[in-house]
Amino acid sequence: MDWQALELTILLGIWTTAILLPFGVWLGRVLAWRDFPGKAVVEAAAALPLVLPPTVLGYYLLVALGGASPIGQLYRQVFGHLPVFSFEGLVIASVIFNIPFTVQPMQRAFEAIPREVREAAAVCGMSPWRSLLRIELPLAWPGILTALVLTFTHTVGEFGVVLMVGGSIPGETKTIAIAIYDRVQAFDLAAAGQMALFLLLLSLATIAVANAYTRRVLRH
Amino acid sequence: MDGLRLHARATAPIPLDAELEVGAGELVALLGPSGSGKSTLLRTVAGLYRPSAARVACNGEVWLDTARGVDLDPQRRHVGLVFQSYALFPHLSALDNVVAALGHLPRAERPARARELLALVHLEGLEARRPAQLSGGQQQRVAVARALAREPAVLLLDEPFSAVDQMTRQRLQRELAGLRRALRIPILLVTHDLDEATALADRICILHRGRTLQAGPPADVMQRPASAEVARLVGLRNLFRGRILGHEPPGATGERGRTWLGWGELRLEVHPRPALAVGTEVEWVVPPGHVVLHRRERPSRGEHENPVPGTIADLLVLGETMQVDLRPHADPEAVIAFSVPTHVGHRNGLAVGVSATVSLLADGIHLLPG
Repeated sequence: MDWQALELTILLGIWTTAILLPFGVWLGRVLAWRDFPGKAVVEAAAALPLVLPPTVLGYYLLVALGGASPIGQLYRQVFGHLPVFSFEGLVIASVIFNIPFTVQPMQRAFEAIPREVREAAAVCGMSPWRSLLRIELPLAWPGILTALVLTFTHTVGEFGVVLMVGGSIPGETKTIAIAIYDRVQAFDLAAAGQMALFLLLLSLATIAVANAYTRRVLRH
Repeated sequence: MDGLRLHARATAPIPLDAELEVGAGELVALLGPSGSGKSTLLRTVAGLYRPSAARVACNGEVWLDTARGVDLDPQRRHVGLVFQSYALFPHLSALDNVVAALGHLPRAERPARARELLALVHLEGLEARRPAQLSGGQQQRVAVARALAREPAVLLLDEPFSAVDQMTRQRLQRELAGLRRALRIPILLVTHDLDEATALADRICILHRGRTLQAGPPADVMQRPASAEVARLVGLRNLFRGRILGHEPPGATGERGRTWLGWGELRLEVHPRPALAVGTEVEWVVPPGHVVLHRRERPSRGEHENPVPGTIADLLVLGETMQVDLRPHADPEAVIAFSVPTHVGHRNGLAVGVSATVSLLADGIHLLPG
């Protein structure tokens, strides 16, 4: 078991999920309740990583974050190194790649809240913040939790984008999915099998626990 | 200025041309078919909808004035609103639903006040239940308690009785009638149910395609609709077309004047309306309550008043009343609708095809303006 890769993977999952939580709540609410010009384009863009091959997304990210791009150059000026082939670059790629897994369940969850219920909160005198915390988030919570679990497990298991943007630098960008690939390449099937099994059980357990919890929330 | 005042004009997306006044302690029913804009007006008052040109003021405080760029948030308008769907917070108990609207009180005082409000609507003992664990009538009561929690300046009720069964509806309506005596605020009730409006409201306001057509006490609107449109909207069936034949000035002996209305071959006596020129075509109505059946075997006094002979075209017995459609000889196209107690109908041998005569009481005949 490559503990370093495991730790890195979990860390990547936590960062990605933590960044996408507020973003997903914001974009999910906007897409659920507002109409604005260009909404269809935004929705399509947010869903794009679902259908795009990871290598295609990885390629564009590699170009966009690389030394030849303005973004990469700006990043290097501020942080002293390029985002590609670093953990930060991996987080950026992972956040972009996981947008649909976060936004779509959250959007559905907010859409399920009747308009009258939100209006009732306003008429009851609740400020938008209070309404968000007391009414909207509790009602959307099962959907938000689903989104977070999907995002986390999907990050843990991602391979293509991570390899394209991060390479396979131990302790920096080598996640467990890449470690498995690495072991298979080296004909170390025992180690690969061990890690694959661990990943399988982790994903299964996370989804099962989240589902059970969601069901309990919905029942009450 | 006490009470609620609303003006709204808009052409799109929802056409509006409405004026509304509700005094303190007054209950006004906004009545109209679905799609007439009732809920839109209610939402305009609450601050949930903004017509392109509108003004809403309550107790002299301006909530919305599009001309001056005033538009208070719903949070600052102090309205109590009972939604048609109740819109309770499904994840909160009945108590917490009411507490949610008590933000103006110190935190420690909220639960006690919420309990009082729930007791007011007869929900003692159910404070811990969630909306899904309450019946439709109980949910409606929670919604009323929550609407009253803010000590609102105006209470808005959007079809509050439409989602409960008949028995519960009658009980809730009685409770509302009792509750409103304790409230000194304007109450605006949106409904498409004429009986509900006439039973509960001090005044009704008829709304059609976003236009307020007539406002007044229910009996006035029912008996003296301002137009044929209103007459149709309040379901008046006895709407006919006639012609002014002449006027008779008041007699020297104190006898009041009268106007003669021609209807086919008949000459009907109506309240004096000397302003209408002889020969004018008018529409007129007579409420069913002012149609009196002549006893067939023993004619009596009072039958000189606008007797109309005809043939019974239809009969419908609804429990203790019998609804009768009479086709007058004067106008074979028309049908005079009225009702009699079922036993009276039977005693007089009423049946389809039988001849009968009714009197149209002059006091009840209303000539529609324009």
